[in-house]
Amino acid sequence: MPLLQVENMTHYFGGLRAVHNFNLEIEPGQIRALIGPNGAGKTTIFNLMTGIYTPTEGRIILDGQNIVGLQPHSVASRGLGRTFQNLCLWRHMTVLEHVMMARYSRLTYGLVGAFFGTALRNREEAASKAKAMELLDLMDIAHLADQTVTNLPYGAQRRVEMARALASEPKILFLDEPTVGMTPEELDQMLGIIRTLHRDLGLAIYLIEHRLKIVMELCERIQTLVFGEVIAEGTPEEIQKNPKVIEAYLGKEAVH
Amino acid sequence: MVEKNSASPGNPPKRFLRLRQFLGDVPLLAWLFGGLISVLIEQQVGERLANLLGLPKIPVLFGFMLAMKEPLLLPGALAYVLVLYILTIVLIGKITARPFNLMAAKMIQWPIAIPVILHLVVLYAIMHFWADISLYRELTLKLTLIAIMLTLSLNIINGYMGEFSCSHPGFMSLGAYGASAVMVLFFVNDRLFGDAILPEVLGPFLFPLALILGGIVAALGALLIAIPSFKTRGDYLAIISLAFMFIVKSLFENLQFLGGARGLKGQPDLANLPTVFIWLVICVWVINNFVRSTMGKALNAVRDDELAAEAMTVNTRRTKMVAFLFAAFWAGVAGGLFAHTVRFINPNTFGVQRLAEILAMVYFGGLNSVYGSIVGAVSLNLLGEMLRPLALFKWIIIPLLLILIMIYRPTGLVAFKEFDVRKLIQPKRKPEKEV
Repeated sequence: MPLLQVENMTHYFGGLRAVHNFNLEIEPGQIRALIGPNGAGKTTIFNLMTGIYTPTEGRIILDGQNIVGLQPHSVASRGLGRTFQNLCLWRHMTVLEHVMMARYSRLTYGLVGAFFGTALRNREEAASKAKAMELLDLMDIAHLADQTVTNLPYGAQRRVEMARALASEPKILFLDEPTVGMTPEELDQMLGIIRTLHRDLGLAIYLIEHRLKIVMELCERIQTLVFGEVIAEGTPEEIQKNPKVIEAYLGKEAVH
Repeated sequence: MVEKNSASPGNPPKRFLRLRQFLGDVPLLAWLFGGLISVLIEQQVGERLANLLGLPKIPVLFGFMLAMKEPLLLPGALAYVLVLYILTIVLIGKITARPFNLMAAKMIQWPIAIPVILHLVVLYAIMHFWADISLYRELTLKLTLIAIMLTLSLNIINGYMGEFSCSHPGFMSLGAYGASAVMVLFFVNDRLFGDAILPEVLGPFLFPLALILGGIVAALGALLIAIPSFKTRGDYLAIISLAFMFIVKSLFENLQFLGGARGLKGQPDLANLPTVFIWLVICVWVINNFVRSTMGKALNAVRDDELAAEAMTVNTRRTKMVAFLFAAFWAGVAGGLFAHTVRFINPNTFGVQRLAEILAMVYFGGLNSVYGSIVGAVSLNLLGEMLRPLALFKWIIIPLLLILIMIYRPTGLVAFKEFDVRKLIQPKRKPEKEV
């Protein structure tokens, strides 16, 4: 059984059909990508699957459970982690606090612990901190743990976001344009990180990406989205040769 | 403590740097000890020193009120403050810095509760002897401590959570009326509630319960606001909470069995200084615990980016509701203490002016910070008292001050600073010489 299965997902914003009959199956440990021109509805699809919007029609099954209609935080705590295209970091919080925050749903000490500082709370916060430091180490930013995120360079901010997404211990990681605005070096490092996550942690990854080069290097299967509809699906080679994809990206003239 | 504050901002001029060099190695306990000695001296020779300096009596609030009434006495008052407080505290703090540093180094190894309680006892002793001089001082001090509770609880909503709530006087009045009604009903022969039901001896035991009840009433009131306004984000909370404040006020104006517009009086005199102090300590402790836990920091996450907080498994709606009710609870408790301190409340006490005061204290002191709330509440409350002789002009000076703060430090004096007790009481070393 696939880890994540989306069946016939359709979504309307008022009268505008943003996504039409979207289907997706992700097996454990698979890397897949969603590509498409600007405004095709890629981020909308992410938002639909993570519970920010509720799809007008269709089913989303994560690990055997239908997650349509759940609040985003419960979707997230069921194992769907994500990063954002435009770095949604919390500007007054430190790097360590960011990563610890993502373990919110795993804390069991409740309000009594929060108010009175019980032993259980101290234990859980310490465990959470240890786990967070481990992830920061993995991302190579452990030395920045006490910095406020706004003081960090862009590449490091991306890593913080990645560490934060991992801290909720997702089964699938959704990456929304993880390399946007990066220098070639940062880009190479990010590729390395994504590979590590895939190889060492065995995470399933679903990513939105603009740069075909990265997608071609990383992914096993690619979907191409244009105006809310998947026009092509297949291996990188197949996608590269598909006339519809070329048309969508480069315009009709180029085909001839 | 005055020098210490002025020396702390990020890039101080050279003179302050030298001061910081000079006083940097004085631990908190030595400061407190200095304060204790200085108030003890005041108790013994304050009267004589005041006469010597040409003052009619001990200047009650650092001489400001006296100077406002009779400007000629200003030099005397300043000299009094300088000699008795500043010089004494600095001198004793500096002399005892070494032994107290050794002591602090030892105590930091023990369970944290022991040194904390020791510090609190000394702090309380200072307040006790300082307030012992006059009833007016005691009242001002109690109201200041209550103002800290109010400011801190509003800071949870307006600072930590980043919403804008205007209903604090409403919560305060719910708590005040809740606690007063219980206490008057049980322990006072009253026109409204009839004869006392229980013997007066039980009063002190039931008082905490009455305060908690007042807090719970306030929290229930907060629930009424929270349910509609936390469905969305934006200015709704400000509008709804402002309306709530006025609704509560007119509710109490029309509830005849609670005295209506004439108010409720005759609360038993149970909110003495130690009681208020202990409640304040509990309040600061619990709130500080909360805002330093991951559950409390979720408020910051919600404020800075709610969507990201949701995506990181934070139940944002629950977080906001809990924090709002929690803040209202403490406002209610503070209201109950307030009612038993002034021993007379009427609906007008909890109007727009009170709201302005509390908001000013929060924004003056600093958002998202326990220190800030303490600084804001103490400074504005004392300033308000000091400027009382100026009557209406007080309401020109304080807003001007606020405008200046908003221009030069938009988030308040001591914003975004974590209140870490361990750091506060640890032994101090001289700061490195800066070139």
